[in-house]
Amino acid sequence: MTTARIDARFSALKAEGRAAFIAYVMAGDPDFETGLEILKGLPAAGADLIEVGFPFSDPMAEGPPIQRAAQRALSSGMGLAKTLALIAEFRKSDQDTPIILMGYANPLVSRGYAAFARDAAAAGVDGLIVVDIPPEEADPLADALDAEELSLIRLATPTSDDNRLPTVVRRTSGFVYYVSVAGVTGVKEADAGAVAPAVERVRKASGLPVAVGFGIKTPERAAAIARVADAAVVGSALVEEVAAGLAANEDVTQRVLSKVASLAKSVRHARAGQAAL
Amino acid sequence: MNAPSRPNDYSSYPDANGRFGEFGGRYVPETLMPLVLELDAAYRAAKADPEFQAQLSSFMTHYVGRPSPLYFAERLTEHFGGAKIYLKREELNHTGSHKINNCMGQILLAQRMGKTRIIAETGAGQHGVATATVCARFGLPCVVYMGAVDVERQKPNVFRMNLLGAQVEAVTSGSATLKDAMNEALRDWVTNVHDTYYLIGTAAGMHPYPEMVRDFQSVIGKEVREQILELEGRLPDAVVACVGGGSNAIGIFHPFLNDEGVRLIGVEAAGEGMGTGKHAAAINGGRPGVLHGNMTYLLQDDEGQITEAHSISAGLDYPGIGPEHSWLNDVGRATYLTATDQESLDAFKLLAELEGILPAIESAHALARLPDVARDVGKDGVVVLNLSGRGDKDVATVANHLGRQI
Repeated sequence: MTTARIDARFSALKAEGRAAFIAYVMAGDPDFETGLEILKGLPAAGADLIEVGFPFSDPMAEGPPIQRAAQRALSSGMGLAKTLALIAEFRKSDQDTPIILMGYANPLVSRGYAAFARDAAAAGVDGLIVVDIPPEEADPLADALDAEELSLIRLATPTSDDNRLPTVVRRTSGFVYYVSVAGVTGVKEADAGAVAPAVERVRKASGLPVAVGFGIKTPERAAAIARVADAAVVGSALVEEVAAGLAANEDVTQRVLSKVASLAKSVRHARAGQAAL
Repeated sequence: MNAPSRPNDYSSYPDANGRFGEFGGRYVPETLMPLVLELDAAYRAAKADPEFQAQLSSFMTHYVGRPSPLYFAERLTEHFGGAKIYLKREELNHTGSHKINNCMGQILLAQRMGKTRIIAETGAGQHGVATATVCARFGLPCVVYMGAVDVERQKPNVFRMNLLGAQVEAVTSGSATLKDAMNEALRDWVTNVHDTYYLIGTAAGMHPYPEMVRDFQSVIGKEVREQILELEGRLPDAVVACVGGGSNAIGIFHPFLNDEGVRLIGVEAAGEGMGTGKHAAAINGGRPGVLHGNMTYLLQDDEGQITEAHSISAGLDYPGIGPEHSWLNDVGRATYLTATDQESLDAFKLLAELEGILPAIESAHALARLPDVARDVGKDGVVVLNLSGRGDKDVATVANHLGRQI
């Protein structure tokens, strides 16, 4: 498979000697128009890759912030079809920023894996993360994605020991997402000290860049992660800006993008002045 | 979907990957995968260990009160004027339902695995009470997740759990019922992987739970088989049980799967009526999908979002069903009918008046289809109904529906 956009982006960043900043947003949160405005603004604000959550009614691995974001998106009529429409709109003005879809199995099962892969590729999606499809259940989905040259990106976790890792990274491409804490999104904070050796293990097992997410909320923490990983992912802290903006009746897009800018800046400069790793 | 072929040995499922045909599986986040595999290995070792089985059997006899009677319901039989009706009296178990059978098995397994904290989800509160009971007996801390809506409609059970030392967490996310309680229990498990055992109450969820819960509940069907052979000298013509997740039904069905002369009939909750969309009938009103770790029939919209279930019975108010039932339906070995809230209330009153037994409103759904089954089977036949729980907990709900103050 090609995974052209993802590979190109990580190669370019490697040449620059810095980690990527990956922004997670929920598709169409709080509504389609605002969601599109946020999506379009993310690359200029400093997002090197974008994870787009497609909402699901029962997100069992999410903490309250992303649960609420999914509820807002669903209430505004979002689902998988509109998520793909949103990405197709985004692709009209951005051909370079990788887009990774992230969500749960049932909307994909409902649409059918082959039909989903075809539609996702046509919309300009580059990769897919499915929280509740572990390697043991993934082959039919991986076959469908392979046919469209889309990446299946895997989650490695603190419970992925050396016996388990080879299974976890089988049939994966693009990068590996290291879930830095055992838990749901947006609750516990990742300990950068414990993350470094884990990232190294995952890199060795996969031969791929390793992105780290779960529990990264502040620019300081994002910088600490960016010193040891190939990418830092922030999600809950961004969707909380949507919630806070709505509550305060402020410009939601502006709030999300300025949060992204401060996080991205700190990731960009994380390794400045450091010896090459 | 193509109709699957009929297997030669129904009881040999699931396969090593937890599949009943296309149903079942292990759709869990990666963080949980090593735990699920560990649980599978630990369960297989326990199942094969005579010491574990002897320990379980002893507690079943002296603590749970097994075997439960198989009772010939003479007046109910006369009333329907068809087949002889037998009631499997699971409501006489300690804690008042079949749920304790599974809890006793799993608590012994959790202890054997060295787990020190138990979590569970509950709908009606029967599984929560049974879990709190075994946790008290074995001295383990217990957290029970329960939808806030269910906490409100099952107050006596919440208090019972508290008396037994369990902490009850009211879940307000989503529709605040059983599916949301299960989401919250999974979130707890994924956060506390090192010491926590998730004691799932129904024959659903990720492998090995559907198989394990079925095995622990199969004691019901095994006893029925022996009891009916002794009482009638033959197997029954039909076995009837209510189905939410379906643990009482699979428990009584399973020992009869290869006896194709025994009709297996599950009854789903039709709520306000199948035509109203307000029901909890996953097989009769849903289609296959993935939720809570398994592929099974689910109530869902066109885009795969799970829709809310509706039932007077908190224990049946779930948008899915155990994967083995989905498979038994598709291969044609079991039949799944429905009963509405009103039909179940009528059946509740009928059993109270004719036999002096208050059934759980869940079990009353199975009772509601009994006249049809008894008539179909006919006067010379024998029908066994699983009376899975007692109705004391439902007295307030029933009074409310009858417009009475208590």
